[in-house]
Amino acid sequence: MKNTSSKVLISLVLVLTVPMSSFSQSLVDMKLIHGGAFIPLYGIDDSLKINVNSFYMDQYPVTNKEFQDFIKENPKWNKTTINSIFADTNYLVNWKNDSTFPVEANPEAPVTNVSWFAAKNYCECKGKRLPLLDEWEYAAMADKTKPDARTDENYNQYILNWYESPKSFNKEIGSTFKNYWGIYDLHGLVWEWTMDFNSVLISGESRKDVDKDSNLFCGSASVGATDLMNYAAFMRYAFRGSLKARYSVKTLGFRCVKDVESSTTKTN
Amino acid sequence: MKTLLKPKGYYLSFLLLALAISITSCKEKEENNGKLVASNANIAATLEMKAELTSPPNVPRSVGRRKAKKLIVDMEILEKEGEMADGVSYVYWTFGGSVPGSFIRTRVGDEVEFHLKNHPDNKLPHNIDLHAATGPGGGAASSFVAPGHETQFSFKVLSPGLYVYHCATAPVGMHIGNGMYGLILVEPEGGLPQVDKEYYIMQGDFYTSGDNGEKGLQSFNMEKAIEEDADYVVFNGKVGSTTGDNAITAEVGDKVRLFVGNGGPNLVSSFHVIGEIFDIVRVEGGSMINENVQTTIIPSGGAAIVEFMVDVPGTYILVDHSIFRAFNKGALGMLNVTGEENKKIYSGTQKESVYQPETSGEKPDMAMNVEELKEKLPLKSRAERIAAGKAVYAQTCFACHQANGQGVPNAFPPLAGSDYLNANVDRAIGIVLNGNKGKITVNGKEYNGIMTPQNLNDDDTANVLTYVYDSWGNSKKDIKPDMVKKIRNSH
Repeated sequence: MKNTSSKVLISLVLVLTVPMSSFSQSLVDMKLIHGGAFIPLYGIDDSLKINVNSFYMDQYPVTNKEFQDFIKENPKWNKTTINSIFADTNYLVNWKNDSTFPVEANPEAPVTNVSWFAAKNYCECKGKRLPLLDEWEYAAMADKTKPDARTDENYNQYILNWYESPKSFNKEIGSTFKNYWGIYDLHGLVWEWTMDFNSVLISGESRKDVDKDSNLFCGSASVGATDLMNYAAFMRYAFRGSLKARYSVKTLGFRCVKDVESSTTKTN
Repeated sequence: MKTLLKPKGYYLSFLLLALAISITSCKEKEENNGKLVASNANIAATLEMKAELTSPPNVPRSVGRRKAKKLIVDMEILEKEGEMADGVSYVYWTFGGSVPGSFIRTRVGDEVEFHLKNHPDNKLPHNIDLHAATGPGGGAASSFVAPGHETQFSFKVLSPGLYVYHCATAPVGMHIGNGMYGLILVEPEGGLPQVDKEYYIMQGDFYTSGDNGEKGLQSFNMEKAIEEDADYVVFNGKVGSTTGDNAITAEVGDKVRLFVGNGGPNLVSSFHVIGEIFDIVRVEGGSMINENVQTTIIPSGGAAIVEFMVDVPGTYILVDHSIFRAFNKGALGMLNVTGEENKKIYSGTQKESVYQPETSGEKPDMAMNVEELKEKLPLKSRAERIAAGKAVYAQTCFACHQANGQGVPNAFPPLAGSDYLNANVDRAIGIVLNGNKGKITVNGKEYNGIMTPQNLNDDDTANVLTYVYDSWGNSKKDIKPDMVKKIRNSH
């Protein structure tokens, strides 16, 4: 009798504390991005100002180690057993086996070669979600000191320089600068999945993207770009346009975000 | 009568037949010309063939007499670091690992099955626009490919010519500016006429964050590209790609064909081979042929085929004749030709000698043309001879001995009041005729120079000496031509 009651007590305690700890855990290493309005690259003028609600964003992209832990708990996302609808043959292509990332890879480097399905599921398992494209771009507009650095030449050149430096995917998270919101590595390590990466369609024939074929696509896709100088953003949209949800790319990782309403504990 | 009729009948039917044939063949030609492209679309291409792709400056073999085929092209895109110039490195985005990208050689009517592969280590998506392809984006709309993936599309080449291909992913200028361009040749039926050597040269302009020559890894600079302010203008992707040991070669008597492209992204090329004339230029890579051209313009995103025979050995420099690009930014290549000389066509240096203008500094007031003077009157009076002598002095002597016979200290002895001069007339004549060298003392000063023999006839020698002796406090001796003759003959 004593044993079972103590067992019940213990399990009761566990049941009560585990969810609590998971809630507070889920906001660890996340920062609050205060919402606002901005004109994205695909907005032609003021009439297409996008409103972004406040949200929490992971400070860093998801690492190899974190993803490895996720796979151990969720073996259906294993390299060998994953459903081919959810991933192409590039999925975790460099991993030695189902649960070990390559020896030469840094455990603290962002995980790459993961499909959108896998990334989405990872976030959901943590009680989070993938960021919306607009949310990601909104957070990424910031440099070290201001929330919108898009007209800053140096800032754009910094990003363009990264697009030219090879093999940055093996760098540790936190290697680049901390931006205005306290978020690291939105530029400089890897491309990142977003929830609706294919809602702004760059047709692949980029010369055509500057005329007004906007009726043909959803999300006013052909880009009447507000800022033709924002070549860095152009390249991100071009990259997103080349992806399909089951694709895995060596230079593409992800991070998660969380809505403000669904969190129940305060953050620091 | 009968015999006459028969031939006539045959003749008539033959005439009708001939007429019928000529009419129908003319009609065919007309239709062909009008629907040339359409008929090329109907060329059958049944058998398969894998395309032979080459890196610059080499090209694949001629299509020769082969029929149109289904041509499989496997093109891999690699983003890789390379050397732009000595100590300067750059991350190039390449088709097939080279800048310019691999050369594709096809025959009109070929159906090209294009496999575009984007290496998994690459950071960016890419695609391809081939100017030889007819269709949306020249293929760009159907070849957009993410890293670690491959796309395939097909197009039929309908028009012979030399065409550029390049990446067309946003931002297009940056992709081209990083080296994503190359050439695709569509040969007519039977191939281009045979030559001895064929090479692949492609010009491009590069825009780096640092200045030309600044060492280290340089990155692409968008602003300079927009300003069209190039740091490097080079052939085949880097400074010195075809110079020194990398020069292209030929032998005397060879017919050389250059497939020359211009990837841009911005600058138009004024292509010239120093020391050669293009016998044939297939203008802009198309069907128009120009002959005997020194410098041909190659548009950005365009090409030209130039052909010339090399007659004489030597190093022929390929340049963009917007000349600062050649000497300061790298638009310079070399063609080494070996073989027998041909002195008639080009002699090389024949002679080398000193050049000294006759007079230097100020000229005396009354410099007269000696020849003019001689034509006018035979000189008799002393005054006339002195005047003539003054003219000779102005042309011949004054350079060293100066306007007033004062000479140049430590160099040329004076004639004015010269003890050396006045002491011996014959010696003076001898010196004018034969020159002098060695130490002499004039008016107490030593001179140790050389005076060259003067090329004057007897009259002029006599006249100039008479003038000198008459001037500047000299002995006013009168020198006659026969006196000069005597000294001349005694030497």
